[in-house]
Amino acid sequence: MPMYRALLTGPDDFDGWREAARRFVMGGVPASQIDWQVEGEDASLLSFDALPPPRKGDAFSVPRSFIDLAESAILHRDRERFALLYALLVRVRDNPAMMEDRADPLLRRVEMLAKAVRRDMHKMRAFVRFREVEDDGTSRFVAWFEPDHHIIRANAGFFVRRFASMRWSILTPDLCIHWDGEVLTEGPGATRSDAPEGDPMEDAWKRYYAAIFNPARLKQRAMLSEMPRKYWRNLPEAALIPELVAGAQAREAAMIATSPKAPARPSGAPPAVASRPSNIAISWSALRDQAMACTRCPLYHDATQTIFGEGPLDAPLVLIGEQPGDQEDLAGRPFVGPAGQLLDRALDEAGIDRARLYVTNAVKHFKHERRGKRRIHQTPETSEIQACRWWLDQELDILRPRIIVALGVTAARALLGKAVTISRTRGAPIALESGAEGWVTIHPSFLLRVPDEARKAQERARFVEELREIGTRVKAIS
Amino acid sequence: MSALSVTEKLEILADAAKYDASCASSGTKKRDSATGRKGGLGSTEGMGICHAYAPDGRCISLLKILLTNSCIFDCHYCINRRSSDVRRARFTVKEVVDLTISFYRRNYIEGLFLSSGIIRSSDYTMEQMVGVARSLRDDHDFRGYIHLKTIPDADPELTHQAGLYADRLSINVELPTTQGLQQLAPEKDARRIEGAMAGMRSAMEDMGEARRKYRHAPRFAPAGQSTQMIVGADGADDRAIIRRARSLYDRHALRRVYYSAFSPIPSPSSVLPLKRPPLLREHRLYQSDWMMRFYGYSADDLDAATDPESGCLPLDIDPKLAWALRHRGIFPVDVNQAPREMLLRVPGLGVKAVDRILMSRRHRRLRLDDVARLTSSIVKLRPFLVACDWQPVHLADSADLKSSLGPMPAQLELFA
Repeated sequence: MPMYRALLTGPDDFDGWREAARRFVMGGVPASQIDWQVEGEDASLLSFDALPPPRKGDAFSVPRSFIDLAESAILHRDRERFALLYALLVRVRDNPAMMEDRADPLLRRVEMLAKAVRRDMHKMRAFVRFREVEDDGTSRFVAWFEPDHHIIRANAGFFVRRFASMRWSILTPDLCIHWDGEVLTEGPGATRSDAPEGDPMEDAWKRYYAAIFNPARLKQRAMLSEMPRKYWRNLPEAALIPELVAGAQAREAAMIATSPKAPARPSGAPPAVASRPSNIAISWSALRDQAMACTRCPLYHDATQTIFGEGPLDAPLVLIGEQPGDQEDLAGRPFVGPAGQLLDRALDEAGIDRARLYVTNAVKHFKHERRGKRRIHQTPETSEIQACRWWLDQELDILRPRIIVALGVTAARALLGKAVTISRTRGAPIALESGAEGWVTIHPSFLLRVPDEARKAQERARFVEELREIGTRVKAIS
Repeated sequence: MSALSVTEKLEILADAAKYDASCASSGTKKRDSATGRKGGLGSTEGMGICHAYAPDGRCISLLKILLTNSCIFDCHYCINRRSSDVRRARFTVKEVVDLTISFYRRNYIEGLFLSSGIIRSSDYTMEQMVGVARSLRDDHDFRGYIHLKTIPDADPELTHQAGLYADRLSINVELPTTQGLQQLAPEKDARRIEGAMAGMRSAMEDMGEARRKYRHAPRFAPAGQSTQMIVGADGADDRAIIRRARSLYDRHALRRVYYSAFSPIPSPSSVLPLKRPPLLREHRLYQSDWMMRFYGYSADDLDAATDPESGCLPLDIDPKLAWALRHRGIFPVDVNQAPREMLLRVPGLGVKAVDRILMSRRHRRLRLDDVARLTSSIVKLRPFLVACDWQPVHLADSADLKSSLGPMPAQLELFA
């Protein structure tokens, strides 16, 4: 069976995709025989066939609605987007009216991709925060933003139309754009430290944010659904949220208690701005506080406490375990029991600094069965893993590690969203939607359960070897 | 008064403005700063953008402030009334303009929503507000969004000028009934308020007429007018509020009516209730508003969704479900045959989902799975729908339908 390769100049190269897809369709190539590749991303090692010449008279056109949809969907980070769009294109060519059949599963899937991209573009327009810097005697406005998808080029026009008379730059991890008042230029990706630290207007903006909030109507869910925590790290005003929420109930109670005759209190002094922990620390501890009271699944009934993750918040490497065990449940910290001690030694042998990594669990309450005086570990069920992904996903959103390691099947399921077998997935990196690199390996407690000593030593060596490889990757990419 | 800094004033005058619910920045004409005369700032592209959300769940789209919170009126529900002892502050025109521009350049906001307490006279105050809008548009070539709160008693010529600079104008009717207004805002006059709204409507229509003849005729408040009612400060029930909203939409061609659950304010007047109404009541009113504007429900239909005793919409279930439970006879609706109006009455089906169903069913006979792909949740829909592989059994007749579809009682506290 021939295999064809289509090489695109960038992850958002719609014109390249369109041109290639047109030739493949005219050559009658099925979707399964095309390998879509983006220049600069890891290439596959397969060899490829030359593209068949298009047959004359096979020219075709598709409805405008398909082009609109494809232009958005192609910006999604999902690696399958090129192939999905191609499969849809083949069907639309034969039946252009299918674009109206919104119940079609393939069309629905592509629409969901496009919807996620549109939301990401909208959120970028909303949450970019410019900071003013002096530059050759004139002012320039610079922002740092981390989009979920490849939207920067597609979104540039909005900022040009809005801020045409300013000079500005938007820096992102993959691509930077600069506007000098006349021409838009592009540069390679940047890091947060390339962006300016603060802006004198931010104090006024924060005070406005605190003052416009009405403490008599706390509705955190509504806020979170539109401004999820992952955006907080780049929003100066978000640092105020925890204390505004904490103060809200008390302030309202005080207002009701104030009798009509009593003298008014001076309107609340602004919260001090100096020496505040970073936004990441604030959103992480707000998340942790909420997780402490979690009742999303029944496990909280019998467990002592929620065991949240711990470690440096800028750790490039995150390890996810299965769930806290008997000792962790009592101690309130992850990986302190027998499996944790085994993990510590293995990390040490693999040359990974335990103090530079963040450890957490897929399920944050201890699931067990009581036998006599002992509490025997039980494997969490899918519903419990699913309930707890709510916390894990947000935890990872805040930390944004470069590499995430799932220890065991439960963690792998939580990380990848589907059931996998360890033997088939271990040993190779997996590209995650967040842009991080995922690895799957065994849970250290597995080593405690292997009865045969020789096999145990063998398995342990393999585990250490995998950790070492991961450690090398961490050094390579961070 | 000792001299306050601009940020101190900002705190006082934003705090005073937060009881106004409106923050929309959508629905105006498209414009940008990349075309036309050089040196302009800003754009509007139809859809408004919420640049932040406060922990009260409200969107922050505009810089929403008062020019001053001093006021010669003494409306009981208002924190800025003459007899209240809040700290007073007053911006100069230039301070408001500079703040707006500085915030806008950093992408914090879509524009300005300016309101004011009344100082000296209605005309004087209105002149100052128009001055801000004029300076933004003329001195800074600002092309972002401007919403001005107009003062009913001001000279119509000033209102006219406001409409030429602003995207949206609004006057608050404040309370749903005339009696309520008399009792709580004795210096305001319902007839003058509605007179001013009618005046703005005709100005918008005249300008629309002129633009059809002359392409360069100026626009007047292209994003239309809106108003706000306070819920729970007087005795008006939901039925009265819905009827009032309907008649305001009909008579003054309003874009939006905002409902604001009365919040306890610092140093309240003794005429007021001390406790706030449940926030959920406000939410139910917004739902009923949507049902009138997008789902084809009349005020009479909505009457049928209210509780006969209290005259209020139920808090535990949404008004669409409440209406459906009172009209079980018309369900189930056949998803493959029913007309648009009927599909819109199915609890859980929104306008977009209905449009997707109408498109899809030209190409296939819809099964329950298909409907699930077109909507966000199928569970709520099932008892009310017939699909080609689905027929609800007795569900629409069962007495416990409400409890099986409504939320758990304990959840209510989360929203209250």
